[in-house]
Amino acid sequence: MKKVLIASLALVFALGIGNVGAASRDYISIVGSSTVYPFATVVAENFGKATGFKTPTIESTGSGGGHKLFGAGVGVEYPDITNSSRRIKKSEFEAAAANGVTEIVEVKIGYDGIVMANSNRAPLFKLSRKDIFLALAKDVPSGNVAGKTMPNPNKTWKDVNSSLPDIKIEVLGPPPTSGTRDAFVELAMEGGAKKFGWIADLKKKDKSAYKALCHTIREDGAYIEAGENDNLIVQKLDTNPDALGIFGFSFLDQNTDKLQGALIDGIAPEFEAIADGSYPVSRPLFFYVKKAHVGSIPGIREFLAEFTSEKAWGDEGYLTDKGLIPMPEAERKQFRQAVENLTPLSGSDL
Amino acid sequence: MDIVNQGLARRYRAEKRFRLYGIVAILLSMIFLAFLFISIAANGYTAFQQTFVQLDIHLDPEMLDAGSLADANYQGLVKQSLADMFPEVTTRKEKRQLYGMVSNGAAYQLQDFVRENQNRIGSVIQIWVPADDDVDMVAKGHIRRDVPEPERRVKDNQMAWIDRLQEQGRLEKRFNMTFFTAGDSREPELAGIRGAVAGSFYTLIVTLLLSFPIGVAAAVYLEEFAPKNRWTDIIEVNINNLAAVPSIVYGLLGLAVFLNFFGLPRSVPLVGGLVLTLMTLPTIIIASRAALKSVPPSIREAALGVGASRTQMVMHHVLPLALPGMLTGTIIGMAQALGETAPLLMIGMVAFIVDIPGGFTDPATVLPVQIFLWADSPERAFLERTSAAIMVLLAFLVTMNALAVFLRKKFERRW
Repeated sequence: MKKVLIASLALVFALGIGNVGAASRDYISIVGSSTVYPFATVVAENFGKATGFKTPTIESTGSGGGHKLFGAGVGVEYPDITNSSRRIKKSEFEAAAANGVTEIVEVKIGYDGIVMANSNRAPLFKLSRKDIFLALAKDVPSGNVAGKTMPNPNKTWKDVNSSLPDIKIEVLGPPPTSGTRDAFVELAMEGGAKKFGWIADLKKKDKSAYKALCHTIREDGAYIEAGENDNLIVQKLDTNPDALGIFGFSFLDQNTDKLQGALIDGIAPEFEAIADGSYPVSRPLFFYVKKAHVGSIPGIREFLAEFTSEKAWGDEGYLTDKGLIPMPEAERKQFRQAVENLTPLSGSDL
Repeated sequence: MDIVNQGLARRYRAEKRFRLYGIVAILLSMIFLAFLFISIAANGYTAFQQTFVQLDIHLDPEMLDAGSLADANYQGLVKQSLADMFPEVTTRKEKRQLYGMVSNGAAYQLQDFVRENQNRIGSVIQIWVPADDDVDMVAKGHIRRDVPEPERRVKDNQMAWIDRLQEQGRLEKRFNMTFFTAGDSREPELAGIRGAVAGSFYTLIVTLLLSFPIGVAAAVYLEEFAPKNRWTDIIEVNINNLAAVPSIVYGLLGLAVFLNFFGLPRSVPLVGGLVLTLMTLPTIIIASRAALKSVPPSIREAALGVGASRTQMVMHHVLPLALPGMLTGTIIGMAQALGETAPLLMIGMVAFIVDIPGGFTDPATVLPVQIFLWADSPERAFLERTSAAIMVLLAFLVTMNALAVFLRKKFERRW
């Protein structure tokens, strides 16, 4: 009796595993950026409810991790779509092509602002990008001599800029694996560093030294890596009015009763300012589709149609409720067209 | 003697101090535990209720053509009903605010209603639909009215509408069934834990079916049959070491072996169960060996003495006596597996999955992963749902551990 039971169990498992390996997939598999995740999940849910297709599964792996999984090959075991909070890198594009993923459709979905916010019980910060660079860079220019740097000596915001409050520099932000961090150092820190004439010149002469100077964040405790969990940063800011946090606009939007966003170069992080591009620290968000999977995995075309419909990504669409900053109408039209024709990205565009 | 007497007072004091340290340690841990439970319960108990809004909806036959009920504009009907209730709202911005007060799940609820009650088309129905999470937060007092308007997510005019609905008795807090019957959602008022519970169930079934027989067989062989030599020593040391390996390592192993080598699909309970099997095996083997060791040798000798073979001795006498201890170890291993997230991260079970899994190869998450995902969501209403999900998980864990204690008390034999 017992033997029969054990034997049948073993059989069931052997069959089960055998079947799974060969099975096809009837749902869309999406990986990628944690910044795009809140938007992609809303679209996926609406898509699943409104159509007869299964709801896509979405993993939040970070932009880099997503591209790696996405570019690993063509077939049901590889994801169909990857979300990205930055454009695909040429190296990633080539790696994907080497694995047989030759046709990739790029879809830009909108913009996201990166904000520096603090508790609204504390004074409002009015920062320039230069202030941000001087407060957070590992090395800062020493004196007015071109090419000379020193480890960042600034302890308080007043040290950085005498108009700022006399509060210890304490910034909670994402770790280096995060796309938000990539965008922040590129837009805010590099933007501020360029205000020094000789650093801007350095870009042409020695690009790697330029990048190391602009993109390296100090490690002496003034910048605190708070993990990928933005909610945690929000909670910490609420309890510590002296600290500032770096995260996506959607989290500020949801927590306006607790937080205020610092003005950067005189512009407040508001919906309109990010949409028209006047807020300096904003970036486009993308997702990438594997063309070879369209047709073999059911529902991809319909999912793309849902994502690029006006009711989703339009000026009044449901994604704006979640904090996405929509693209101008002409750009939306252009990308909708690209999605309908499934125009693949070519390496020369990057 | 004098020397002893001299030191006596000091020794008594030392004794007293030592006891005091122990009491303080226990008190501290009790306080931490109480603090944990109280803060979770205080944050989470409100999630078991959800605010509902009563709407009068005119099922307009022109909009509901019997031939195409699936494509009808249910959202439009819901909006129309809200607009009728508040006729003074005319501007586009205000209308958007007004329509945002009802969950967008209302349209799907209406669709289901119409499908089942097609004879009601043409009449006016009264239906309770879930309120938007912001309204829910106001009703529960999580969005305070005394904060200045620009810093508040719910504006003054919306507050006035909520008050009016409340006066008319159209706003009601009810038991939140959705929380137990729905899968994940990005709308807090539509999100539930059923998908995660089902995922945990399938994952644990796989884990149990694999780890219990393998673990017990390994323990019995090592304890009863294996010769004592260098090889078995090495195996024993390794098993003990494996029990201390960080769980994420098993996830990496699972990714390399099950996904990349065997080509099993991502995000499925089958792979999750396999990975958790690897993780719980050492726990079960160690517990099972301890249980076998505690069976007195006289029983083995008696069995062998009356002519039983070694297999008969193990199967008829030793194993039944050791089984309660093995079960206890297994249940504790299962409880550990139930609370695990790290190894599942690598095999794609940390994902947004709405559909409730119906088998071992449907994409799924598990309860602790659901908690992790909700904790990371920007919407305020997910905070309380996170705590509520933690309460459910804790309830499962406490039940499993209580079961282990009960089994041990009931079946344990002492010699």
